[in-house]
Amino acid sequence: MNMKTALLGAATALALAPMAYADGHEGERGRDGQVNIIYWQAVSTMNAYLSGGTKDLEAASLVLEPLARFNQDGELVPWLAESIPTRDNGGVAADEMSITWTLKEGLVWSDGSPVTSEDVKFSWQYCTAEGGGCSQPERYNDVVDVETPDARTAIVRFGVPKPSPYGPFVSHLSPIIQKAQFEECLGDKAPTCAEQNFNPVGTGPFKVVDFRVNDVVTFEANDLYREEGKPAFSNVTFKGGGEATAAARAVFETGEFDYAWNMQLAPDVQESMLAGGKGEFVSGFGNLVERIMINLTNPSADLPEGERATAGHPHPFLNDINVRKALSMAIDRELLVAIGYGSAGGLTCNVVNAPTIYKSSANDSCMVQDIAGANAILDEAGWARGSDGIREKDGVRLSLLYQTSTNAVRQDFQTLIKQFWGEIGVETELRNIDAGVFFGSDAGSPDTFQKFYADVEMYANTFSGTDPEAYMGQWACDQAPRPETQWQGNNMPRFCSAEYDAMVAELAGTKDAEGRATLVKAMNDMLMQNYIMLPLVDRGRVSAKSVTLGGTVMNTWDSELWNIADWYRSE
Amino acid sequence: MTDASKPMTDPPSEPAPSRGQWADVWDQFKVHRGAFWGMVVFGTILFLIVVGPFIYWNDPQAVPTGRDFLNLRDMRPIYVLLWDSGAKVNWLYPLGTDNLGRDTLGRLLLGGRVSIAVGITAMLLSLFLGTFIGVLAGYFRRLDGVLMRLTNLFLALPLLPLLLVAVLLFRDPLSKGFGPEGGTFILIVTLVGVTSWMQTARIVRGDVLALKEREFVLAARSIGTSPTQMILRHILPNVLSPIMVSATLGIATAIITESALSFLGFGFPPDFPTWGKLLFDAVDRMALYPERVLWPGLLISLTVLAVNYVGDGLRDALDPRIRGR
Repeated sequence: MNMKTALLGAATALALAPMAYADGHEGERGRDGQVNIIYWQAVSTMNAYLSGGTKDLEAASLVLEPLARFNQDGELVPWLAESIPTRDNGGVAADEMSITWTLKEGLVWSDGSPVTSEDVKFSWQYCTAEGGGCSQPERYNDVVDVETPDARTAIVRFGVPKPSPYGPFVSHLSPIIQKAQFEECLGDKAPTCAEQNFNPVGTGPFKVVDFRVNDVVTFEANDLYREEGKPAFSNVTFKGGGEATAAARAVFETGEFDYAWNMQLAPDVQESMLAGGKGEFVSGFGNLVERIMINLTNPSADLPEGERATAGHPHPFLNDINVRKALSMAIDRELLVAIGYGSAGGLTCNVVNAPTIYKSSANDSCMVQDIAGANAILDEAGWARGSDGIREKDGVRLSLLYQTSTNAVRQDFQTLIKQFWGEIGVETELRNIDAGVFFGSDAGSPDTFQKFYADVEMYANTFSGTDPEAYMGQWACDQAPRPETQWQGNNMPRFCSAEYDAMVAELAGTKDAEGRATLVKAMNDMLMQNYIMLPLVDRGRVSAKSVTLGGTVMNTWDSELWNIADWYRSE
Repeated sequence: MTDASKPMTDPPSEPAPSRGQWADVWDQFKVHRGAFWGMVVFGTILFLIVVGPFIYWNDPQAVPTGRDFLNLRDMRPIYVLLWDSGAKVNWLYPLGTDNLGRDTLGRLLLGGRVSIAVGITAMLLSLFLGTFIGVLAGYFRRLDGVLMRLTNLFLALPLLPLLLVAVLLFRDPLSKGFGPEGGTFILIVTLVGVTSWMQTARIVRGDVLALKEREFVLAARSIGTSPTQMILRHILPNVLSPIMVSATLGIATAIITESALSFLGFGFPPDFPTWGKLLFDAVDRMALYPERVLWPGLLISLTVLAVNYVGDGLRDALDPRIRGR
């Protein structure tokens, strides 16, 4: 599979897409009235650059748009840009040091002023300004300049050759914001511009009418939207808060809402919801993998703060690869999928599952539970069962603290996995932490998933777009959260291998798609065969929609609401 | 109480059967029908949760494995057979099992132990604090202002944020000393106790203030009774009835607070059942398996109601002015 052909194919697909979605539902703008959307985590800002939370990013995608997006198949489609620049059409320079974007003709902001390449350049400046606390800086990695030769052309220049230059201004993570509005909000003034952050001027199908922090956002159709007759809805009510079950009931049973996000519900609960008859589930598979991370450093509370769970103190028993391997073998992944996700989950033994070219098949043995094998490995490694059935060696007991966020499905998983590990003589203590705290990234809290003051932890993670380069880079040595990085970073296991770091560097310099795929597979296999994380479930993104809502297309690579301009009411 | 020195005027020829104060209290208590039945219900629940887990045959923590898992999960209670003969039931699991195949009745019994232990311990703590502070504030005028401002301060403390901070600060040291469950138990009991003594303190202070001006206190003081003696001998026995009442109410509050905390997902480890946690876990499947919400909910309500009735009856029985009416 060749990347260029994929991109060209995507461009063609886009030309056909609007016709396919229209389904004969054409008419004047705003003909279908009101649509109600519920996200069970409430929206706290409309500025995509100031939040890492999916809920904020997706709400912002109604208003702010990028130059190009990923569609439901993970292919790039031009959005504000006329076309996708490639090497073939000359948009990407031969030396891969620059990419040239051309804006669509006649684009205007919702306040009537024209969209120019200055706005594009400004979006880059805004996110990279000193002290601005932009949450998406990796989108602009290696960008040294954005040139604006004319009002419709923006040339992004990189400091190093970029085989995959589709980071900046692509996907809902790096949209274009209006220079005139945000000019005064650069750097450390960014969070203080409440009016701008709550009510950004955009190019999208909707504009903000009323914004109530952590509660409700009301939108109305953007009269100046570039496509005739879209959006079909005149108003959007975007309600936040509650929890997954309540949100599902609001769609399936009471019908108060038309669309509900992230239905992380057990399959039997989902089925009971369907009985309400007012809604249906929409799902899509991307690369969201529920996994157990294994801590290679010692999280013991006996260590002083600042040294706890850092590389200087190796874990007393999880550094033994036999233990990690046995933990993985003891898990019955098939049962976990059946209990927790049903059709919204798939079996996986890899951390990279999509796009297909990156999916390795070298680790598939994990799909079958092997208690006897796990016991044999531990016996051989000298971990003998004590009088209480818990294995120990040299006075070290195999006793784990297992933490995750509070969610019914995750607590069921904890209970089941505790049972599996009990069968191989490993004792497990469970802990669940409020999701707001666990994923809160607050360097002052001991309970964040980055600090990892536990032996193993479970959560799901993914990457946006189709290129796993940045994602694979997460397990380089220097990505480990530690006091020096204010406990930020994504290398939760604190995995550190010179060989792996070399592969990360090699990936950045590899151009051809095939070579990249081979490398990504090798990196995935290395992570898997070191058992520093145990993939459990390949999770689909599941949302719920009312039966009367048409035109929704689930997208796991970009905002779920990416095509809200095409949504309509079908009676 | 203090009329022991009063000369006996009754003729000694007719010795009345000697009756202690507690016999009178009991006589009065058992005519209060609600209180009596409340005590029976509370006693039964206590008996079941204390003795039950020893007799009951299923291990509440066991998750079935392999083929058993699918067979044993989501079992309905036996009584469902009355209206649905095709229901999945097993006589060995009288109240059915949850979605992971754990026995519901076993978990209810074990969960009750925790909930009621939390309730009673937290009540004792808050009672001790409340009485101590209330008596001091009422009896010693100099301490009154300070202690009552302190009470107001505690009344303003919100329990949830306080718990979050406390969990952050004390969880690790406590669980190292007492194990994860023991540590959480101490934490919750202490927090509930420390944040619920204020009502008791206010009531006790009010009563002490009134008692202090009574003649028998004046008499006792005039013969040189020390403040400690005065409080222990004369004041405390007279404020016993409001203390008893707030004790029973305190159990109820503590059980409800623990349930609320478990319901919110704080507190005990996720596989450690308490009534609140059982309720919380069951909400998602409420429509399909109503029994899973019904039983823990019913037990919480029954216990709280029973304890409240007992408190009500005790108040009537302990107050000599009401007694005998």
